Amino acid sequence: MKKNDVILAAALIGIALAAFGGAALYSQLTTKEPEAVVRLDGEEKGRYPLSEDTTVEIRQEDGSYNILRVESGKARILKASCPDKVCVSHRPISRQGESLICLPNRLAVEIENGAESGIDASVLSR
Amino acid sequence: MARRTAYLGMFTALAFVFSYIESLLPINLGIPGIKLGLANLVVIVALYTMGVSWAFALSLVRILLAGLTFGNPASMIYSFAGGMLSLAIMVLAKKWKVFSVTGVSVLGGVFHNIGQILVAALVVETAGLLFYLPVLIVSGTVAGVLIGILASILIRHLNKMIKEGQNVGKET
Ligand SMILES: [Zn+2]
Repeated sequence: MKKNDVILAAALIGIALAAFGGAALYSQLTTKEPEAVVRLDGEEKGRYPLSEDTTVEIRQEDGSYNILRVESGKARILKASCPDKVCVSHRPISRQGESLICLPNRLAVEIENGAESGIDASVLSR
Repeated sequence: MARRTAYLGMFTALAFVFSYIESLLPINLGIPGIKLGLANLVVIVALYTMGVSWAFALSLVRILLAGLTFGNPASMIYSFAGGMLSLAIMVLAKKWKVFSVTGVSVLGGVFHNIGQILVAALVVETAGLLFYLPVLIVSGTVAGVLIGILASILIRHLNKMIKEGQNVGKET
């Protein structure tokens, strides 16, 4: 390992830590009335405020499903039909910008700030 | 040429084994399908002992084989994006001559992860995935350092072997 290699590794880790700290601080400061936003293929399917405990089943035409649980201010995937279960093992999310992803089902749950007024929450078709 | 083909076969087998080991590791970076890129070790060794085109060939064959055997079409796209971006960056970094094998490997590891996350962000159309970038840069750097140290040892021995092999070839 040469000196340049060490500098490179240290610089990369430094950048990553700074970016991580910045992002965490930013989302901490800007998170307001957070909502879990469910998207399929990028299309919004529903918004659920983290302040209300709820369980939502997102079922698709081909039979695949994800069950989203919102509990004590955090969102997580309770159960899913996907083969890898990565979405289920992900830690609960609560801050703006955090996301739960299920690639096999093309599902994304993201935390976003709630609009102050007039949220037109679309109800999921079961 | 025949010897090179034999090495390519051996490297492909090794890369295949690494991909298999990696598919067994329960390392979850939070993003589905994303791997640490242990198979990069073999690609780097090939890059330094056999050259760019052989490294590309090896990388492609490895991704196809591993994808067909213990992956799915989705995971193959990630491997492909990660593998190709990482190799392209490593080829450039090697030419640049500022870093040794370890530095090149670190860049390869980091861009392996960046390539995969970019594709994942496109697939689920969620820019929020980029929040994982810091974690992926750190894991890519750590994996890159470890792989780089291993690779430089292997490269030293292999280059010696290849030279000796050529001398033996001349005698007979
Ligand atoms: Zn899933």
